Amino acid sequence: MKHTISELEDIASQVRRDILRMVHAVQSGHPGASLGCADFFTALYFEVLNHNPKFDMDGKNEDLFFLSNGHISPVWYSVLARSGYFNVSELSTFRKLNSRLQGHPTTHEGLPGVRIASGSLGQGLSVAIGAALAKKINGDKSLVFALLGDGELQEGQNWEAFMFAPHNKVDNLIASIDYNGQQIDGPTEKVLSLENLQAKFEAFGWHVITTNGNNMDEIVKGLEYAKSLTGKGKPILNLMSTQMGYGVDFMVGTHKWHGSAPNDEQLANALGQIKETLGDY
Amino acid sequence: MKKYTYTDKKDTRSGFGAGLHEAGKRNENVVALCADLVGSLKMDAFIKDFPERFFQIGIAEANMMGIAAGLTIGGKIPFTGTFANFSTGRVYDQIRQSIAYSGKNVKICASHAGLTLGEDGATHQILEDIGLMKMLPGMTVINPCDYNQTKAATLAIMDHEGPVYLRFGRPVIPVFTPEDQKFEIGKAWMVNEGTDVTIVATGHMVWRAIQAGEELEKLGIDAEIINIHTIKPLDEEAILKSVKKTGCIVTCEEHNKFGGLGESISHLLTTTYLAPQEFVAVNDSFGESGTPDQLMTKYKLDPSDIVAAAQKAIARKSK
Repeated sequence: MKHTISELEDIASQVRRDILRMVHAVQSGHPGASLGCADFFTALYFEVLNHNPKFDMDGKNEDLFFLSNGHISPVWYSVLARSGYFNVSELSTFRKLNSRLQGHPTTHEGLPGVRIASGSLGQGLSVAIGAALAKKINGDKSLVFALLGDGELQEGQNWEAFMFAPHNKVDNLIASIDYNGQQIDGPTEKVLSLENLQAKFEAFGWHVITTNGNNMDEIVKGLEYAKSLTGKGKPILNLMSTQMGYGVDFMVGTHKWHGSAPNDEQLANALGQIKETLGDY
Repeated sequence: MKKYTYTDKKDTRSGFGAGLHEAGKRNENVVALCADLVGSLKMDAFIKDFPERFFQIGIAEANMMGIAAGLTIGGKIPFTGTFANFSTGRVYDQIRQSIAYSGKNVKICASHAGLTLGEDGATHQILEDIGLMKMLPGMTVINPCDYNQTKAATLAIMDHEGPVYLRFGRPVIPVFTPEDQKFEIGKAWMVNEGTDVTIVATGHMVWRAIQAGEELEKLGIDAEIINIHTIKPLDEEAILKSVKKTGCIVTCEEHNKFGGLGESISHLLTTTYLAPQEFVAVNDSFGESGTPDQLMTKYKLDPSDIVAAAQKAIARKSK
């Protein structure tokens, strides 16, 4: 391992502070699922991905990551900055005029690390499949990772993509689902039930694994196991249970912090619960 | 009036198929995707020679646009193929976010555009696609006029960096442009020089404009005919130069009068050089079932409609 689990947890702690401070500073953005996915992003960028922070769009011979649920941009921006794609001081420009850190991620302003715009939901898996196909044509053995929200599975394009990848043996692809059971209007089971996701993905022909997305040891082991399953004829689906708002007691497990920013008092309360490990930006 | 003749009639979609096959030979990064319409898009030759570079997506156009965007990451030049309706309206947000806003080098190739798809009716006859595509920042929009021009355009867009919408059609029409033509994106083609009225046409309407020019000549009217195959970016210089000479213009397209070539030219003229303009276009309506010729007549896209529009434009010139 490049880092110990304890070191990764410390990085994730700083990432959570970054998320809260970014969203608080502009009083907008999506802290809930960003906090819930802080452990996954940290594991991915600091342990699992073979990637080069000297960003190249084509990313030949390196692993690629695509974020489909672009509204959790704060966690991605923090991890990209903390892993060297750009200076952490730039996090203070999040959602402000003339920033590369747009509300939703985009290639348009040339932010290193981002290869496709996302925000309008349901499109990322198709893009990841395309990138995985390009790697196959190029004889490039590296992998493609994607993250999708569970709420966005209500978008039909995902199911076109879920059908396509197994039929075409896109087995250099690991898609993770942020399975937190929450969306803007409430719990997914009330808004539009996802029913038995594992059975659905298996019926579509994916190799499904399940992980706890808020346990660093389990995420790292789960993603390494997922890598070992690649190249065997099936795309890999990591059904990753998380808690929205994880790490802040008054934000955890509710949709209420999906897209709301904490006020000054709430920020102080939240930061008091999360250790500053790498230095705030 | 310069004389145009033809010895052959072909469909523009076959020009695309031939161009795609040639593109595949010239550049190994060219890949093709299709949403269950391989025969209609004439992609068979490409698939036969480059099976490893072809992706059958199934009836899932949204997924096709996303996969095409992803294929560019790794250096591929994807050409997507389906009907114009399913290439644009059905997948507008996928094109907007994953291709145009993301600046991806995808070639959206669309057959069966306009009324001349014929008997299938209005569900398949999109007349709004030029408007949808030209509104996207950075999108190049091309509507070639015959088999040879479509083939040349297909090869030209391969070498162009950036997203492109290439529109062509189903009916068999005269092949009147040269086989060895050089296709320059954004450059108008002077079909016939004249002094009394400028007739600008795109796609299937170019041959009809030539027929109209011959009729106008018999009436003593000297028409300048320009083929605008690239609707965006528009060759503003060529259009303005002509209108300053003739003093009026007729725009001809197999598309809704809103959002098409004519509207782009109206914008150009109102902001630079005022001149009377007449539209030969579909009058804000859906199509219907019928033969291509019946539909072009009913929706007033015949050479006689161009002649009438030219006379009206000339009459509106300030005395």
